[in-house]
Amino acid sequence: MSIDIRRKGGVGESVRRVDGVPKVRGEFEYASDLRRDGMLHGATLRSPHPHARIVSIDIAAAIAAPGVRAVLTHADVPGKKTFGLDVQDQPVLAIDVVRYAGEPVAIVAAEDPELARAALKQIDVNYEVLTPVTDMERALEPNSPSVHPQGNIVRTLQVVHGDPNASADVWVEGSYETGMQDQAPLGPEAGLAVPAADGGVELFIATQWLHADLEQLAPCLGLPAEKVRLHLSGVGGAFGAREDVSMQIHACLLALRTGRPVKMSYGRQESFYGHVHRHPSRVWMRHGARRDGTLVNVQARLLVDGGAYTSTSPAVIGNATTFAAGPYEVANARLEGTAVFTNNPPCGAMRGFGAVQACFAYEAQMDKLAMALGLDPLELRLKNAVKTGSVLPTGQPIIGAAPVRECLLRLQDLPLPAEEPPLDRDPMLLPGGAGNVGHGEALKRGVGVAVGYKNLAYSEGFDDSSEAWVRVSVDREGPMAEVKTAAVDVGQGIDTIVAQIVRTELGIDRVLIRQPDTSIGSAGSSSASRQTMMTGGAVQLACQAVRAEIDAQGGMPELRRPVEATRVFHHRPTGKLDANGQGDPHVSFAFGAARAVVEVDTDLGLVRVVQLAVAQDVGRALNPQSVMGQIEGGSAQGLGLALMEEVALVDGQVKNASFTDYLLPTILDMPPVVCELVEEPEPGLPYGAKGVGEPSTVVVPAAVVAALRHATGRELRRAPVKPDDLVGL
Amino acid sequence: MGAQRAKVADVVVRTRVNGEWREAEVWPGASLLAFLREQLGLFGSKNACEQGECGSCSVWLDGALVCSCLVLAAQANDREVRTVEGLTDAGRLHPVQEAFVEAGAVQCGFCTPGFVVAVADLLEKDASPSPATVREALSGNICRCTGYAKILDAVNLAAARLLERT
Repeated sequence: MSIDIRRKGGVGESVRRVDGVPKVRGEFEYASDLRRDGMLHGATLRSPHPHARIVSIDIAAAIAAPGVRAVLTHADVPGKKTFGLDVQDQPVLAIDVVRYAGEPVAIVAAEDPELARAALKQIDVNYEVLTPVTDMERALEPNSPSVHPQGNIVRTLQVVHGDPNASADVWVEGSYETGMQDQAPLGPEAGLAVPAADGGVELFIATQWLHADLEQLAPCLGLPAEKVRLHLSGVGGAFGAREDVSMQIHACLLALRTGRPVKMSYGRQESFYGHVHRHPSRVWMRHGARRDGTLVNVQARLLVDGGAYTSTSPAVIGNATTFAAGPYEVANARLEGTAVFTNNPPCGAMRGFGAVQACFAYEAQMDKLAMALGLDPLELRLKNAVKTGSVLPTGQPIIGAAPVRECLLRLQDLPLPAEEPPLDRDPMLLPGGAGNVGHGEALKRGVGVAVGYKNLAYSEGFDDSSEAWVRVSVDREGPMAEVKTAAVDVGQGIDTIVAQIVRTELGIDRVLIRQPDTSIGSAGSSSASRQTMMTGGAVQLACQAVRAEIDAQGGMPELRRPVEATRVFHHRPTGKLDANGQGDPHVSFAFGAARAVVEVDTDLGLVRVVQLAVAQDVGRALNPQSVMGQIEGGSAQGLGLALMEEVALVDGQVKNASFTDYLLPTILDMPPVVCELVEEPEPGLPYGAKGVGEPSTVVVPAAVVAALRHATGRELRRAPVKPDDLVGL
Repeated sequence: MGAQRAKVADVVVRTRVNGEWREAEVWPGASLLAFLREQLGLFGSKNACEQGECGSCSVWLDGALVCSCLVLAAQANDREVRTVEGLTDAGRLHPVQEAFVEAGAVQCGFCTPGFVVAVADLLEKDASPSPATVREALSGNICRCTGYAKILDAVNLAAARLLERT
């Protein structure tokens, strides 16, 4: 062996984050910290109406306002007038109709942010208000107004498996709903566009996917792709919120028009309008089983509200529908899913991406079924759990690891936290904490379990490959490896994983990660639990190529000139679904199970989650501390959906666009999370590691609400569960 | 508002920031956070909610922990402000900063400066806080990434290290 393999800081170790020190010092530069000499500040005028025709826009007063350098409307968009990840149906600036309250209508660049915002008030837009469609079921009625000329259906699909009319001994039925959740990344949308000497533009941006932004930006700007260059700036969290374009095109338009750098930085209120949300869902399900607990038939109808534009709704409803039977073997199923347009704010990607809504429904059904059969809920799940080789309702066999039973058994083995008598406790440990005016007289405890799964990477025929460049050189300090990819570290830690992979493959401790930009090929999105396997895979391939070349040159000590290689990693091909929802749509899956222990104060409707336990199928933990951080953080977002987080909409208007009114779990809301890492390496993936970001968010909402049902005996068919749902037992 | 804003005379604010007297002209309505970031170029304190809900902008004003988004820049005149940039000692990380890196309490990091300041404040006042005290003290800081578990680990680690030193 010509290379000294030192695995210090390699895969499998809880290596410290490569960006940890600058972040704790406050020196890490986020997009909202960007600045340039002479830069202007952009601001956005948004529609106050969920549905209206634009009769006229008068910008004369705004152009004349102090400090204003540009005011742009749709007429100033030089290229394609619309953008979108899947279907380009969203106007860069509203053209003749606005379809949701908050839709951008005009943009301004001015010498300072206050002057820009003041100028917005000088723009006179004459609207003819139209009747909005604000209910997803009403959107399907024949007499409903149409949000788009083609009607209100974004996508509808069905999965027909076995004999959907197959009979069963016992049936249970239920309807379930989830609300619209906001990703609420702490760093609001921001970026800086700088006009370039060649007539192009440089955009410094916090995003999840540089190349998807580029593909949408260049046509709208009327520029060839090579004249639009994106550079990653510091990303303050994402969770799906940065998958769609927000201010990217606007900042570039203003920079190109004024010839000056333009910064756009949303405040919190605007952030609620500036990105898509998790789809609200309404789901009906009917489950049939034999007396012994064997699941024989699942019927499901799922409806999600896509809001005003397509965004990623087709893929979200694809996931929700194909996962609707859960991680269970079931011989017969009919699963129908529809995503609709409404005049609500657009919905798209959020952690869990359709799997969350499905899991909330199918796991409630499994508990109902267990009760109808007189079986233990966990036993029922163990009996029907999928395993390697099981065939899913799409006809797709699970070829990789599927340790669903192992996840459930790990939870079964965990002792329950001891019950504490209410009267002896610190009042902060009562449900509601300081807000609890009682003394714990009406506490009820409940335990709930849920299991679920999520696809890894993109599905239904999409080749979301990733490219990596690796270069090894030797200087006076010894060998150094440089790595470049376009993969975005949104906080999940891909940069650290990449450094670990390089150390493991090349035995070089000194690893320099270059800043991502669009001068290298796409890395795909930092979403769908995919970066570790995709960019990790590309980095591994590039390292192996470099190492082979070093070996051919006689080994590292003999290295006279730098060696470099660029490689692209593709996941195995997948396919589209046929008319009956049959096919090979998903690359691979990650499974997870959660157990929630809750206390409910039934006098006050207040909840304390005492403990969460999550057993997750991770393939192999490349950085155990980081994996647990993902599980804990994903659990917190799941707890939020279960108990408090919902974008409140009234007639298409967001009523709680602030952190005062949109409640997020605080440190007082979050219980300890017991993490059980189930490691069964996935064949075909680098080091056998599966993506780890999403399963906990998929299963925790279902587990928490199951525990509340156990505590209260109520049906609780909707998340988030509100105090009114729990009082008056 | 903004059109009038251009006519309102700026005020001069003179503040001792991290041990050094700094002076700048600001709009009378500017927050201390805006003053620190836009006028003084101290970008460590973050703007995430503008309402005092998330703690990302936490600093000390005359030794008291405040959300700098809720304090007017003018209120800091002739007073002492300490920010996350003032925590390091001759470039060396504060034990709370070290503990955050080591415990895995940092993900996206946007809330981190505020948390680090809040934890340092807590441990200056209470060297060995009970778990309930820690949670109460940090309940004004929102983290969207970690679920708080590793942040609690970091607090424990930092508290132990600081106790060892004394």
